[in-house]
Amino acid sequence: MKSAKLMEPIKKLSKEEYLLKGHIACAGCAPAIGLRLLFKALGNKIILVVPACCSSVIPGPYPYTSLAVPVQNIIFEATGAAASGIVAALRKKGVDDVTVVGWAGDGGTFDIGIQALSGAAERETNFIYICYDNEAYGNTGIQRSGATPYGAWTTTTPTGKKERKKDFPFIMAAHRVPYVATACPSYPLDFIKKVRKAKEIKGTKFIHMLAPCPTGWRYDTSKTVEIGRLAVQTGMWALFEIEYGKFKLNPPSDQLIEKAKRKPIKEYLTLQGRFRRLGEDDIERIQKWIDEDWERYHKLASNSTSDLTLHGKI
Amino acid sequence: MAQTVIDTANHIAAYAAKAARVQVIAAYPITPQTSIVERIAELVESGEFDAEYIRVESEHSAMAACIGAAAAGVRTFTATASHGLVLMHEPLHWASGSRLPIVMPVVNRALGPGWNIWADSTDSMSQRDTGWIQFYCADNQEVFDTIIQTYKLCENERVLLPVMICLEAFILSHTYMPVKIPDQDKIDEFLPPYKPKWFLDVSNPLSHANIVSPEWYMEFRYMMQEAMTNAKELIPEIDKEYGEHFGFEHGGLVDKYECEDADLIMLNMGTIGSEAKIAVDNLRSEGLKVGSARVRVFRPFPKEEIRELAAKTQMFAIVDRGISFGMEGFLAEETKASLCNQKDSPLIAGFVAGLGGRDVTFKTIEKIARKSVEWMRRGKVEEETVWVDLRE
Repeated sequence: MKSAKLMEPIKKLSKEEYLLKGHIACAGCAPAIGLRLLFKALGNKIILVVPACCSSVIPGPYPYTSLAVPVQNIIFEATGAAASGIVAALRKKGVDDVTVVGWAGDGGTFDIGIQALSGAAERETNFIYICYDNEAYGNTGIQRSGATPYGAWTTTTPTGKKERKKDFPFIMAAHRVPYVATACPSYPLDFIKKVRKAKEIKGTKFIHMLAPCPTGWRYDTSKTVEIGRLAVQTGMWALFEIEYGKFKLNPPSDQLIEKAKRKPIKEYLTLQGRFRRLGEDDIERIQKWIDEDWERYHKLASNSTSDLTLHGKI
Repeated sequence: MAQTVIDTANHIAAYAAKAARVQVIAAYPITPQTSIVERIAELVESGEFDAEYIRVESEHSAMAACIGAAAAGVRTFTATASHGLVLMHEPLHWASGSRLPIVMPVVNRALGPGWNIWADSTDSMSQRDTGWIQFYCADNQEVFDTIIQTYKLCENERVLLPVMICLEAFILSHTYMPVKIPDQDKIDEFLPPYKPKWFLDVSNPLSHANIVSPEWYMEFRYMMQEAMTNAKELIPEIDKEYGEHFGFEHGGLVDKYECEDADLIMLNMGTIGSEAKIAVDNLRSEGLKVGSARVRVFRPFPKEEIRELAAKTQMFAIVDRGISFGMEGFLAEETKASLCNQKDSPLIAGFVAGLGGRDVTFKTIEKIARKSVEWMRRGKVEEETVWVDLRE
């Protein structure tokens, strides 16, 4: 695929909308932006598999829906499995122009849904799985998940979470899937490009989209895009791809390898009410972890013999 | 020409899936179901069985994958047992609530602890409220025939509910019996391809199983109840039609044996029904007017048939291979519930037997019948639930 075909100017994106007016997402909801961008990337020849999550509520209740594509709502832990069934059925029917997309939150991916996703990936199921990660069980009222970062307030960690977030893209990379990518709706063209690239690759494709959540993260609803940008600019969230085991940082993260180019994590943390209890020592600790992650990204990006490049050879 | 094979019920179930032209199978192995999924794997990989076979990583995922496949509009199959079935509990509700015609053999096996791989009905009985139709089979022929029959049943637009085909661990699953397998073209004639009205289709985008408010939820559940009622009407018709095509009928909802003039009717399910027929013959040769009614379909429950039987007999002796702890055997409970508000109900005694694979032979059943006859003559049931052959 030529990158020119994948990445087009934002004004040239399709005017068609498949997340229609009347949806009931919170103001400033990043997953709603992500859904809209997903449809911009793929059009409407997709079947969406949605487990219990904010996105099972966002389209609105029966007899209405604001999603103009076929949707299979499914139980919380079963996105990977239900998608496997749909993919098998389409193959049996000889349908080869429809993309199956799992669209699940972080709880449904990191925690309760990890088994079904892992199984689907191991079976090389031909589908795209997008985890929109708002770092908590948002739909049930902001409880901690395996994706909640250290120090964050949630309703079940009222004094802040004591443990770190799982490094999920690397868990998926360890399944030797052909494509893993991170994204954030604050960088819409990057996300669209990654979704389109995923569509062209056969096998399980995993896209991990950071999804700032004003309701759970305690910031003003107008700041979603800004918070997402700060996540990337501070290096808290790195935009990268692992394509057939090869790790690559994407713009603007590829310009942030030098620590001096990254904004201090404090700028990101202080904008969010969920981090209000953090002391200076916590902030230092988080900064240190980010710096360590970047040393690893740097090594992976520069070392062509990294473990990840052994993809398919083990 | 129909072909006679001598094989286990598990292998027969695999052949039935093939004969039904199942399109997607998603399954996970569990003793004693394994030889179903192994034989399907052989048939699929040899090219004899043209289906997609998903080797999922758990029973929960097996059912979720079946839901996805069935929602995408293909004929879908899985099989499980025991712990696998109870792990599926959540997606079982999702499958029936989504009105998806999935057919699933359940090899009835005990639940732990302690680990026990032998026959017991508590696994499927504990799923009786999931909205699945439940059949219980007495022999391998019935396993084959019921799988073919139930695709026709559950794909009917008046039904659209999934079906469990229950068969007892080892007693059927691993026991060789002769089975007549009809010609494929005749089966195709009886069971045409699945043509769903609604499925996941990009040219007609529908949202399946989305949020339903209190304004609508009850109506959806009412429709499931209606579907069960419709199934009750269709099951005997389909069984009869199958019999006309292939020469085998299995009694519709209740397989009755010598019930017409019976003073005592033994109600039972599964292979206990086969043993009961031998017991009935033996007891009748002694002059005891005994009959057996094998309840073939537990959901929808054949209330009306039970009432008809109740009206012409003096006593029911009900044998269950399972119990609802704190109450009674499952069939005993439902039978008693069916007779509420009926005039002149017979005496009813419940017998719990054969848990965890303990043998229930015709001799066991004769013993149960003699005890019941004794109580019948005295006009009094002295024990509501008898644990048969219990160690002191």
